[in-house]
Amino acid sequence: MNSNTTQTTALFHYLLRLADSNLILSQRLCELCGDAPSLEEELAISNVALDLIGQARNWYEYASELDPLKRNPDHLAFRRDAHEFYNFLLVEQKNGNFADTITRQFFFDAWHLATLESLQDSNDERIRSIADKAVKEVSYHLRRSSQWVIRLGDGTDVSHEKMQTAINNAWRFTGELLSKDEVDDMLETDGLIPDASKTSQLWKHSIETILTQATLDRPDYAAWMYMGGKQGEHTECLGFILTEMQYLQRAYPDAKVW
Amino acid sequence: MSEYPLYEVFVRSKHGLNHKHVGSVHAIDDAMAMENARELYTRRCEGVSIWVVPSKMITASALDDKEALFDPSQDKIYRHASFYELPDEVGHM
Amino acid sequence: MYAQLVETGVKKVKSIDEMNKDESEFQAKIDAEIKIEAKNWMPDAYRKTLIRQISQHAHSEIVGMLPEGNWLTRAPTLKRKLQLLAKIQDEAGHGLYLYSAMETLGADRDTEIEKLHSGKAKYSSIFNYPTLNWTDMGAIGWLVDGAAIVNQVVLQRTSYGPYSRAMVRICKEESFHQRQGYEILLTIMRHGTKAQKAMVQDSINRLWWPSLMMFGPTDDDSPNSKQSLAWKIKRKSNDELRQMFIDQTIPQLEFLGCTVPDPDLKWNEETGHYDFGNIDWDEFYAVLKGNGPCNQERLAKRKNAIDQGAWVREAAVAYANKHKIEAI
Repeated sequence: MNSNTTQTTALFHYLLRLADSNLILSQRLCELCGDAPSLEEELAISNVALDLIGQARNWYEYASELDPLKRNPDHLAFRRDAHEFYNFLLVEQKNGNFADTITRQFFFDAWHLATLESLQDSNDERIRSIADKAVKEVSYHLRRSSQWVIRLGDGTDVSHEKMQTAINNAWRFTGELLSKDEVDDMLETDGLIPDASKTSQLWKHSIETILTQATLDRPDYAAWMYMGGKQGEHTECLGFILTEMQYLQRAYPDAKVW
Repeated sequence: MSEYPLYEVFVRSKHGLNHKHVGSVHAIDDAMAMENARELYTRRCEGVSIWVVPSKMITASALDDKEALFDPSQDKIYRHASFYELPDEVGHM
Repeated sequence: MYAQLVETGVKKVKSIDEMNKDESEFQAKIDAEIKIEAKNWMPDAYRKTLIRQISQHAHSEIVGMLPEGNWLTRAPTLKRKLQLLAKIQDEAGHGLYLYSAMETLGADRDTEIEKLHSGKAKYSSIFNYPTLNWTDMGAIGWLVDGAAIVNQVVLQRTSYGPYSRAMVRICKEESFHQRQGYEILLTIMRHGTKAQKAMVQDSINRLWWPSLMMFGPTDDDSPNSKQSLAWKIKRKSNDELRQMFIDQTIPQLEFLGCTVPDPDLKWNEETGHYDFGNIDWDEFYAVLKGNGPCNQERLAKRKNAIDQGAWVREAAVAYANKHKIEAI
């Protein structure tokens, strides 16, 4: 394998991580249709989900061009099995109550914005242009989820407790957001993706600022972290998500159009 | 949502145009009112600027006073340019 | 329609001679096509009828999200998922436009939603039918939104200003909904497999009659229509709208190469309209009374969302109250 192929393989893998995390999180948000605590939130949740699916599609399109198997974006989304999905474990976790949903979103948004802002400096033009567009959407996502973390954290006793529980429960999935493996290392060295330590700093800064404002306790960074999504090893949740999401493509494998 | 106050929403659809009333939203504070208005009234890039105003801050003329308020200006035709006749030779003014 | 069988509380439409001064001035404005605005004087029954009609319309938008939401997580491609989500989002938005118009009449959104949840307020019968396969998303867009549009286009001229303006906005946004639905069906009828095409026909078979019921009972059985028409809250009768819908839909059906489950449907050269078979009104009234296939599930889901969200809304208010002074 020459270095070029390895870089292409790494980039393909990295693009799928971005795309898959966006898609799986948006799938979870789609499950909430009709369940939001108010109609106004119904609109907001759909907006975030629409943005994420749109971004997933952009990343899949780029990945598709690098795919040795030449699969198109829909094929990548609807015909791969769980071990070939590289999304974060965080985004596949269940919606739970509104505090759980918001916590998952907030942890992801903070990572997402930090990552996209750095990707705007990638030496890959295609990555830059997708990131440029996504940054505008995601800064709104982070603003919204931060506002809810603050409102619920500093709202009533009930909401404070629910929010703290949600933070504590989801914390074990945050380590993966800041983790690095050989794919990240290679692309980082080549200047395609940002310095992970910078993203990590930005993420921690968002979390600390917002949790303080929300009067919530931040769990320990050194806590034990659950990882593996980026390498295709998932929690039990993902299989069920895919079963539902991929149902039609699997049930009608010979259908060419939908 | 009654515990969330009502805000009236005004959208400027294009640069150079006035803000126009488009409807209302419920929100707990100004920031949420702005977010909700954006979500609801500009999903298709209908605006370049939004105002949100707590509905209770608006003082409206009673529509049934319309005659008292507005009819008096109807006969003040001297406020309109067409009231003044100038010979054609003067040209456009 | 989205508002079926709206009670006016009026037994007989008054003639001009029977009206008092306020009433006759009001009717004169209506007759002159002058829009009624929130602060204008209006008969109490007019206000109540409007609140009932607009809230029914709004409830229909909100409950109408559920049959489509049912397939959102199973949409077959990224493009279809985006389109369906955007459409459902519009429906939430349209519900909000309508509640906002309703509130100008002094009605309270929570109170009206409470009436929905307790079964006192109605919403369109169509949303109590299940969505059983993917092409139901196409058939809903084409037939259900198609039927809604026929009515809503006319309602843009309704006599109450805020309602009329909400309808203008809604009609503008909904133009993509029907096309989106028809395109789902057309794509499959043109390039789909045999199994997919069978799915399309199955959707039409199930949704055809319920779509025709959306326009409400026949004119002979619509005791309230007369007053609503006189007030120009309604602009055309149920039967007129239903006929318009059928006349415009059948050529589209033929273009798809599909059929409707009505052996009596045929073009009538003399009238210039399609004749069609008898609608099963027993079914219609049963669904309206709460005995449709999904009435219980739809209401339970809406009620659950609002109940489960109570602590969130309370927290938001508590937070705002705490920080009010700082903001000023």
